[in-house]
This record gives sequence, structure tokens and C-alpha cells, in this order.
Amino acid sequence: MLDLNLLIGLAMGLNLVALGSSRLPSIIRATALQGVLLGVMPLLLEHDLDWRVAAVALATAIGKGVVIPGLLRRAMRAAHIEREIEPYIGFVPSLLLGALGTIAAVAVARQLPLLPEHARSLLVPGALASILTGFVLLIGRVKAISQVCGYLIFENGIYLFGLLLISSTPLLVEAGVLLDLTVGIFVIGIIVDRIQRAFDSLDTRKLTALRE
Amino acid sequence: MSLLAFVLRLACWVLLAPLLPGIINKVKAWVAGRRGPPVLQLYYDLARLARKQVVMSTLASPAFIVGPAVAWVAVLSAMMMVPLGPLGASLSFRGDMILVLYLLALARFAITWAAMETGSAFEGMGAAREVSYAVLAEAAMIAAMLTLSVQSGSVSLATMLTPTVGTSAVLLAAGLFTVLLAENCRVPFDDPNTHLELTMIHEVMVLDHSGPPLAAVLHGASMKLMLFAVLLTQAVLPMGTYSPFGAAAVLLAGVLVVIVGVGLIESLLARFAFRRVPLLLTTSVLLCVFALLVAWQGAA
Repeated sequence: MLDLNLLIGLAMGLNLVALGSSRLPSIIRATALQGVLLGVMPLLLEHDLDWRVAAVALATAIGKGVVIPGLLRRAMRAAHIEREIEPYIGFVPSLLLGALGTIAAVAVARQLPLLPEHARSLLVPGALASILTGFVLLIGRVKAISQVCGYLIFENGIYLFGLLLISSTPLLVEAGVLLDLTVGIFVIGIIVDRIQRAFDSLDTRKLTALRE
Repeated sequence: MSLLAFVLRLACWVLLAPLLPGIINKVKAWVAGRRGPPVLQLYYDLARLARKQVVMSTLASPAFIVGPAVAWVAVLSAMMMVPLGPLGASLSFRGDMILVLYLLALARFAITWAAMETGSAFEGMGAAREVSYAVLAEAAMIAAMLTLSVQSGSVSLATMLTPTVGTSAVLLAAGLFTVLLAENCRVPFDDPNTHLELTMIHEVMVLDHSGPPLAAVLHGASMKLMLFAVLLTQAVLPMGTYSPFGAAAVLLAGVLVVIVGVGLIESLLARFAFRRVPLLLTTSVLLCVFALLVAWQGAA
């Protein structure tokens, strides 16, 4: 259980890294690393190693750690953008929001009526903190790619929550979600390219203006 | 015996401190492939400055001379309360960590005051920058001290600095190292080598000092660096579990690792843009606050 908590703690730290970094490559890197960490977790949770669990873990790690970041990087290169210039919520405020959210998540999770085996685990706080981080990134950033990263971190939070139920939900569901996610990012990659061509910028604020 | 130990400790702090900037410069030179200044360069500089005359601005009041002296004495008295491994601290009482924090703040106040005495807008700008960074750096330092006292259940540095290794130690190490870089004006917060840019912080404050006051400022800065390095090493490593000789060796090695780390960071990293500095300092505050929370969780 300790190793799992360490991994979740690292994932929570990566949330803050994603909130504090202004360069898109480093946000993508933080998201990718978080995905790999999450992929490894089912292996630690399941004591008797099943090949299906291993396969899903591997697919998650590769999907979230290699394929999705690769797609995002390609979209980034195609759009020629490197960094977030003027976010709605600045980097220091969003970092503070994330830290407050993390602390609040730990505090709230203590009050929840959890199963005894989950009481000492950081799964629930980690999930809540990741969801909050995802929200802050989705709301506070201007560039489409960092919003996608926010969405991914949000999904990671839901995945962490799902790990609580790993013994009762079929892993097929998780595999399906992963497939959806990859396709979604693929589509977003194309959309980013189109936005860039149509508007000469990835600033989502400009999408509210109609143009002939 | 106690007098001998007192003198020994004092000599240790005062005489060894100027060695650290020399080591940093040597590491930087080594990474850059140069031969670099000798390790003892700061000693030569101090000896040279001590023989020079003081040039004073016509605007300056005696505080221009008093400031560096007060800062030097404040840092030295803070050092007397920081235990030096097996040698222990010269002064130790309940709550001495608070006095250490305040003495460091007093030293900063004295230096910035002396900087503003020159009447130069340039130095006033440096002083403003120094104190505005200090707001965040001190918050991190206070959180780190609280972490240590929660871990050990004590408010005396001598017993606080013997924690066990854990998650909070890792967070604390990262946070305190960032504070060390910020407090001692090293890269990525400030570049100690520049003298011509509008972006420097510490160097701009001491630009108009000369002679013995400048020597006091330089020596005080090196003592502060040593204080933070010693504090960081002892806060992170479980010093209490080693034998006296082992502890001395570990302390020496730890300080050396910290100093070489500073040198490496200085040669591999560029100074951050001004707008990015508060972000990094906020990160160090958060690291220390999280260390505090982990310590609390462990204590509860």
C-alpha cells in the first residue's frame, strides 16, 4: 500500500507541475508521466497477477504515456505554438488553487465513509485533486492544447477513482475508455490544426467571434 | 573546555565560510572547462578589502557603515545557535529557531538600509527586489522550521535537526534548497557574477560599498551560504543516528554536495526571467507546506 501511496503522491505532485508550467511541452510531459504512473497502479493493486490486468496496464501506460502525448506534440508542432502566454488564471494563482485543492481533497477524503482498506490510501484524495486540477486547467488556460491536457488530467482523476473498484468493474470498461480517449485526442489534434489554419492562432477566445 | 569548544566552533564558522563560494566558482570553472580563480580567492579579496579605504557618498549617514556591521554580527549570532554536527551549538535554548529567523531578517534589513543610504535609485531598486523576494522565501523558511518542530516535537534547533528520513524529508530538501538559492542570490534567482545588468539583486545593493564594509558584506554573505547549507544538510539527514565522527563526516559531505549542487545549477541553468521568480518561490513555499502536512499526518 505504501508504494501505491508514493505513486499517487507523485501523481499529485505532477498535477502541480502541470499547473505551474507555462511551456506546453512541459505540461504534456507532466501529463504523460502521470499517465504512465497511473498505468502501473493496477499492477500494484492486484496481488495475483493476471495477464489481462497486465495487458490493460501496459495499454494504459503506452496509450497515456506515449501515444496521446505524441499526438499532442504533433498538433503542437503543426500549430507552431510553444507556450501559454496569457492564461485567464495566472500561474501562481492556479498553483495556489491546485495546492489548496490538494489539501482540501485530503481533508475531505478523511471525512468520507470509506471502506477500511481504503482509509489509509491516497486514492480518493488523489482522484479529487486530479479532477480539481483538470478543472482549473480547463477553465484557466487559453490555448487549446493545455485545455486538452486539463481534460486528460481530469480523466486521470476519474481513472484513479475507478481503481477503487478494480475488483468489481471489468477491465474491459477501462480499456474502452482508453480507446475513446485516444480517438478523442486524435480528433482534437486534427481540430487544433484546423483552428490554427482558420484563425491563425490557437487562442480559444477568438473562437467566439464569427467570421466570414 | 567549554571555552575551547566555543572558540573552535566560532573559528569553524568564520574561517571555513569563505571557502564555499570558492568551491562554487571552481565547480563552475570546471564545468566550463576553465581553470578558474583559486579556491581561496575570497580570502585574498577579504584581505585586500580590509586594507582599503572607505569611500562614502556625501548623502550617506553613518548607517552606511553600521549596516554591514550589524548584518555581519546578526548572521554570526544566528550561526552560534545552529548546531554544527557533533560540535553542537554555542547557544541553545527553547525557541532559538525563532531568533535565528529574526536575526536573518535583521541582517537583511541592515543590508537594505545601508544600500538605500547611498541615495542611488539603482540600489534602492535592488533593495526593493531583495525584500520582495524575501517575503516568499521567509514564508518557505518558516514552514520548513515548523515542519522540523512538528516532526521532533521541540522548538530548539539542537533537537529539531535530528529527524528521521521520510517523504517529508524529500519535500523539505527540495524546498530548502530552493530557499538557499533564493536567500543567497544564486542562479536562477540572481546572478552573482553580473555587475552591469539592470536585473541584479544582491550585487546592486553593495555596489557602492568599499573597503572593510564591503569585506563584511562579502564575508557575511558567505557565512549565510554556509548557514543554509549546514541547516539543509542537518534538516534532511538523520544526524542523531551517527557516531560523532560519522556525523562530522556526513555533515561535511552533505555541505559539499549542496555546494557542488549550487555550482552545477549555476553552470547548467540560466537565470529566470523576473516574472517567473515568484512562481519558483511559490513552489518552494508549497513544497515546505506539503512537508509540514506530511509531518502533521505522521505526528497525528
